[in-house]
Amino acid sequence: MTNSWTDIKNTDLVVIMGGNAAEAHPCGFKWVTEAKANRGARLIVVDPRFTRSASVADVYAPIRQGSDIAFLLGVINYCIQNDKVHWDYVKAFTNATYIVKDGFEYKDGLFSGYDETKRDYDKSSWEYVIGEDGYAQVDDTLTNPRCVWNLLKTHVSIYTPEMVERICGTPRDKFLKVAEMISECSSPIKTMTSMYALGWTQHSKGSQNIRSMAMLQLILGNIGVRGGGMNALRGHSNIQGLTDVGLMSNLLPGYLTLPTEKEVDFDSYMSTRAFKPLRPNQMSYWQNYKKFFVSVLKSMWGSAATPENHFAYDWLPKLDVPGYDVLRAFELMNQGKMTGYMCQGFNPLLAAPNRTKLTASLSKLKFLVTMDPLDTETARFWENHGEFNDVDPSQIQTEVIQLPSTCFAEDEGSLTNSGRWLQWHWPGGTPPGEAKTDNWIMAQIHIRLKELYRKEGGVFPDPIVNLDWAYADPAEPSAEELAKELNGKAYATLYDPTDPTKVVVEAGKRVPSFAALRDDGSTSCGCWIYSGCFNENGNNMARRDTSDPDETGAYSKWAFSWPVNRRILYNRASADLNGKAWDPSRKLIEWDGQKWSGYDVPDIAPTAKPSEVGPFIMNPEGVSRLFVRGMMRDGPFPAHYEPFESPVTNLVAPNVRGNPAARVFKGDFEQFAEPASEEFPYAATSYRLTEHFHYWTKHVWVNAVLQPEFFVEISEELASEKGIVKGGWVRVWSKRGSIRAKAVVTKRIKPLMCDGKAVHVVGIPLHWGFTGAAKKGFGPNSLTPFVGDANIETPEYKAFLVNIEPVAGPVA
Amino acid sequence: MNMELSRRQFLGAAGAGVAGTALGAFGFGEIEAAHAEAIRAFKLVNTTETRNTCPYCSVACGIIMYSKGDLKKGEKAEITHIEGDTDHPTNRGTLCPKGAALLDFVKAETRLKYPMIRKPGSDKFERIAWNDALDRIVRLMKDDRDANFVQKNNDGVTVNRWTTTGFLAASATTNETAFATYKVVRSAGMLVFDNQARV
Ligand code: SF4
Ligand code: SF4
Repeated sequence: MTNSWTDIKNTDLVVIMGGNAAEAHPCGFKWVTEAKANRGARLIVVDPRFTRSASVADVYAPIRQGSDIAFLLGVINYCIQNDKVHWDYVKAFTNATYIVKDGFEYKDGLFSGYDETKRDYDKSSWEYVIGEDGYAQVDDTLTNPRCVWNLLKTHVSIYTPEMVERICGTPRDKFLKVAEMISECSSPIKTMTSMYALGWTQHSKGSQNIRSMAMLQLILGNIGVRGGGMNALRGHSNIQGLTDVGLMSNLLPGYLTLPTEKEVDFDSYMSTRAFKPLRPNQMSYWQNYKKFFVSVLKSMWGSAATPENHFAYDWLPKLDVPGYDVLRAFELMNQGKMTGYMCQGFNPLLAAPNRTKLTASLSKLKFLVTMDPLDTETARFWENHGEFNDVDPSQIQTEVIQLPSTCFAEDEGSLTNSGRWLQWHWPGGTPPGEAKTDNWIMAQIHIRLKELYRKEGGVFPDPIVNLDWAYADPAEPSAEELAKELNGKAYATLYDPTDPTKVVVEAGKRVPSFAALRDDGSTSCGCWIYSGCFNENGNNMARRDTSDPDETGAYSKWAFSWPVNRRILYNRASADLNGKAWDPSRKLIEWDGQKWSGYDVPDIAPTAKPSEVGPFIMNPEGVSRLFVRGMMRDGPFPAHYEPFESPVTNLVAPNVRGNPAARVFKGDFEQFAEPASEEFPYAATSYRLTEHFHYWTKHVWVNAVLQPEFFVEISEELASEKGIVKGGWVRVWSKRGSIRAKAVVTKRIKPLMCDGKAVHVVGIPLHWGFTGAAKKGFGPNSLTPFVGDANIETPEYKAFLVNIEPVAGPVA
Repeated sequence: MNMELSRRQFLGAAGAGVAGTALGAFGFGEIEAAHAEAIRAFKLVNTTETRNTCPYCSVACGIIMYSKGDLKKGEKAEITHIEGDTDHPTNRGTLCPKGAALLDFVKAETRLKYPMIRKPGSDKFERIAWNDALDRIVRLMKDDRDANFVQKNNDGVTVNRWTTTGFLAASATTNETAFATYKVVRSAGMLVFDNQARV
């Protein structure tokens, strides 16, 4: 989230699209209710199902899953056509005025530079024209046909209300009502918030779904303001934190990136991360990259990371592919190219797509290790559970070790909520049996591995034996010690670079924030964006002061919000070019002639003059990007692509199947149903129920009682067409698998009319498996395709094709 | 309900002196206080309160856990009740049907208690001691790493990567555990490393 849960009360319009906050984030949704009750805010819900969020909405618009980009570009088109644009914001704070290279174009569903055999683009034309002064060229009058604004205007012009209706199945009057309500928020004194979740991410173009809304929010001037923003409602309690700390194949902590094998040494790595400003006077904050990078290496290898060995740059593994994400991991397993897999609190047998492939893959491993507080299907993938896990254990040679870990109630530390608040929690109970904390388990693995290398020798032990592991009890580092490492410290006394007589941090002390970090090895910091969380003031994540001056919803003294306790990202953009709030009733920070101050920590240098320095300090442009250059794999603008399995062909680009830049492994393409398939005619989607949390709460007695049994949800129309009765048994199958379920026949789902064709939606909730207290059942992943988003490989769970038929129930 | 105070109840209430004092401070007369105490000793009086947050969704509602026994004093502690934290700015004491049932997660029958091993081809899990389980794991890891670690690629570039064993990290562990995990996994050279952010 750019903003926070408590900030939602400041909004005038909530758009829930790609999520269902009332059911999936119930206590956060209360802030929507608050805004409705106290500010007269309105709520729009766009969803294939009439969800509980929709049931309290002012306007509900149905949409076919996987067509969100067409809808959103349609809204952008509406705003441009009707002059509903926050012009001052767009001209000053976005790259609307930037001139794009002549070679760039979009034609027949593809951008310039497409290579069909590689399913990838040569992105060199997706760039600005750079002038002789080394800066990007701009046209403040927006008359140049090659400026971003005019290219965007043309790009979205095909998404007329008629086209939106044909693609999305959203009735024209509903779409127009939504577009009109949204467009009103182009006023500087009206703001809208976007709340989304996996309904947008779990598509082969998930990142572009989100970009479309972000662009719309920029055009309306809603980023950086109270009650505005792009608010990703993260699914799990600390998935924000796990990503911030960089636990992904291609990441280092704090969104630094791991080197690729093309970056043969430290200098070539740094050369692509110089982030020279693209316009005069801009902060381009990533210019500090080297300080953060060197400080991470110091936190890993301490005194063994020296200037002479380039801070142990060579000890980092180098990537040969963009990333070894979970889909690639299972693909490699399936090819027999992996030996071992370790799952910490993750149940991929139910969470990753195409269960048949997952079982086959796990069966080819030599060993599998799981660490969990609860039993999982993954740990028991080899065990026969009849139709729910139809395997023959004697045929599976994988050695499985299942380790019991503590749960939240027995563990200490911080979790990062959706609004980027790091909140500390304390243990209150003794773990059951021999369950151990994850810190202990990971420490044991490290210590024992190190010991084996010391004793036996082996291949390249250097990074293991030199890992900085100087904890009071190396067998179990404490949460506080680790938090202090994340915060960072100074090895030597640090002096102010502008005034060498001034001491900034004394040797051995923790740094106040990342501003003190250095690139010469004199500081360490585990995750620069978390710096300040546990500085010499103490554990700021444990703060519990509920004061909130003028009730802005900031709660600045509650816990710690990254970065540097900032509650609303890009908050400089809440003020105009003179530094005055766009909306005086929603003041956030303002310029007093000398400096920025207000309710939040300014997201800009405190003395940066408002007319000179742009608000988007992380970008070398100093402004936000409507045109994202070559930074996304599938295009600098979003474009409508159908899901890989779609009930219709792509209306705007009939020859393009799925997202043309999405990675598809050999063998998986053959397992996709044809577009508009007769064999698999129904559009399926997956979702959560309010009584359950993923695959955990089926172990919880109360929740297992509340929602005991797996079901699928279909419309009355489809039920009568197929002769399916309420509560009757059905078989649902895709090209990859088959499941059996009870049918819930509902008015919440209605067929959508897409270009004259009735599209039936089949809803599949995701909470069942074969362990726990609930009845045994299936998950949607028995059916879903093995393909992910082109940029970040989130599997396409929300739009795929199935068939359905009534069947006899099990014998009681 | 009959709210009259019997003599037996009145005597029984004498033990709950602390609660009696507190009620008195809120302006109850002595008789009323004694009456109130006698109805039922408040079940949370002798428990330890610990602040935590709901481990499910990213709203991260504040919760208070009540336990018999105090971990801080080195005692064994059993959590007996969990409720919303009314001081918490986000949830202000409320919880959804998931958070409200957290006690049953802590005490779920399928909580894991012991390390287990399933041998190749076997149809069951068997107990294994922690020490043996951990030694076995690092043995398997090291054998694979030594066999398949790539120090240089075909162009002679130092790449120091290990791609034949992978690690999937959690979505509900703490940031501190995440960092410890990061250090252990990356220092081994692992690239097949991911978390639940994608799904
Ligand atoms: S049902 Fe839930 S919301 Fe209603 S009174 Fe009971 S606890 Fe409160
Ligand atoms: S109580 Fe419900 S809304 Fe609150 S964090 Fe837990 S799951 Fe989310």
